[in-house]
Amino acid sequence: MIKVADVTKRYGPKTAVKNISFDVERGEIVGFLGPNGAGKTTTMRILTGFLPPTSGTAEVGGYDVGEHPLEVKRRIGYLPESPPLYPEMEVGDYLRFVARIKGIPKKEVSRRVDCAFERTASGSVRDTLIGKLSKGFRQRVGLAQALIHSPEVLVLDEPTSGLDPKQIIEVRRLIRALAGEHTIILSTHILPEVEDTCSRVIIINEGRIEASDTPENLRANLQGANALLLEVEGPADEVEERLGLERGVRSVNREADSGARIVWRVEAEKDEQVPRRLADAVVNSGWGLFSMQPQGLSLEEIFLKVTSDEAAAEGPAEEPEPSSDSPEEQDPEEQEDDSA
Amino acid sequence: MRNVWTIAMREFKVYFTSPIAYIVLTMFAVIFGYFFTTGLAFFLDYSASVGAQGGMGAPPLNVNQFVIEPSLGNMSIVLLFLVPMITMRLFAEEKRSGTIELLLTSPVKDFQIILGKWAGAVLLYACLLLVAVLNLAVLFLYSSPDWKPVLVSLLGLLLMGGSMIALGTFISTLTRNQIVAGALTFGLLLLLWVLNWISSYETSTFSDICAYLAISPHFEQFARGVIELKDLVYYLSAISLGLFLSKRSLEALRWKA
Repeated sequence: MIKVADVTKRYGPKTAVKNISFDVERGEIVGFLGPNGAGKTTTMRILTGFLPPTSGTAEVGGYDVGEHPLEVKRRIGYLPESPPLYPEMEVGDYLRFVARIKGIPKKEVSRRVDCAFERTASGSVRDTLIGKLSKGFRQRVGLAQALIHSPEVLVLDEPTSGLDPKQIIEVRRLIRALAGEHTIILSTHILPEVEDTCSRVIIINEGRIEASDTPENLRANLQGANALLLEVEGPADEVEERLGLERGVRSVNREADSGARIVWRVEAEKDEQVPRRLADAVVNSGWGLFSMQPQGLSLEEIFLKVTSDEAAAEGPAEEPEPSSDSPEEQDPEEQEDDSA
Repeated sequence: MRNVWTIAMREFKVYFTSPIAYIVLTMFAVIFGYFFTTGLAFFLDYSASVGAQGGMGAPPLNVNQFVIEPSLGNMSIVLLFLVPMITMRLFAEEKRSGTIELLLTSPVKDFQIILGKWAGAVLLYACLLLVAVLNLAVLFLYSSPDWKPVLVSLLGLLLMGGSMIALGTFISTLTRNQIVAGALTFGLLLLLWVLNWISSYETSTFSDICAYLAISPHFEQFARGVIELKDLVYYLSAISLGLFLSKRSLEALRWKA
């Protein structure tokens, strides 16, 4: 459905996006994940035909964005980071206007507008001035605007930014409901959002793709480390020291205190024997082990790892290593070495 | 064409949901009304005194020449102030609020966006002319002026306003700040206004060129009810130039944004 090949975008001397390539299949929900300024918005703007790439090609539904912009734009619904709303218009009028410029025949406009209201559950604000809408409704009207011409592809730039938790859940539910019918690309810097909604994650950092996989695979691949929560009753300093001595353990941190017991967070290498050795160590020292809980790395940690390892590796090393060697195929071992 | 119409109608309606249309219409109605009534009062006094003298040998007084022509002629000065108010928001506002992204990612061509916005502004401007026509209609109730020169003047005003609006549209694409757009537009129009003053104290090719480029002298023939090809060409090229530059500027916006 979407093919992006070697896209680079420069703004003067600054490179916003470097040699990005990825494909998206029909019906997928792909999440762009990355810190602010990573190049997410630029990539989306290139896809929607708002910006031309400096080099490389982007295709949507078989049409090249540069050569057939109108065909591409007909197939894309786009919700920019701040919804493109005219504050002085009423919501209904606004959607009718959008429907018309998206090329919907006059006879069908009312039907499509009703349909968009229904899908975004925002019919109650039909006669409200957009300038008077709450943030949540603005976002919904923004979504209604993006899907009014039932485009094959939806591009949503940070669809949940600035919403309260309840609204965030609603918008995510909405996005999941739209899947299947539409191919969706959404960007975010909030990780649970990706885990919650996306079938695939593309992690972008400093204009490059760092990783691209399903959230589950990402976690599995990048989990060079294992985390354990141990609730131990015993002298804090000694416990910390003892646990830290154990083979395979990388770090021991105090997570929480509950009276005499302390919950320790132990990060260790992937080794099935580690929990057992830790349990032995605690028991043999005569302390009380109240619970032991294995913890996978959250996507959040993976994300931090992927993006910050890269920066750390580039920083002190300062080798003239070519930075273009496909960062997708970074194996987890290398990263472990860096962080160790 | 459909897209152009959709965009034009939205622009036109926005003027009326914001205070702009009311401010511009009121200012215009007051100022034009002032020109018109004082002109008319002068004409009545004058014709009464001529009548008292028996009108010996004097040509018959003409409403067209004494009332309609000057009041419509003065109107072009008012445009200098009103056009920037009309055009400054056209693109600057969309650039600031980000709604330009909606237009530029819709299946609409750049020139359709520009033509639509220009047409929306011209529609509001046409409403101003309507106010002027309402004033003039009084004359037609109580006397019988020649209506053909009036029509030609109105056409001239439409063309002159259209050119000014086209230039203002272009300037509005350059910035995201409405005040800047308005001030620059006013400056440019003022320059085009006074450009021919040089010809009053200098005669050279340069002053001839300046005189031709000035925007107001081309209206003089229209005001007298005469359509001259060179004036028509001037205004139509000014409109095309403004719209063409806007299109280029919009393209540049994509590369810079």
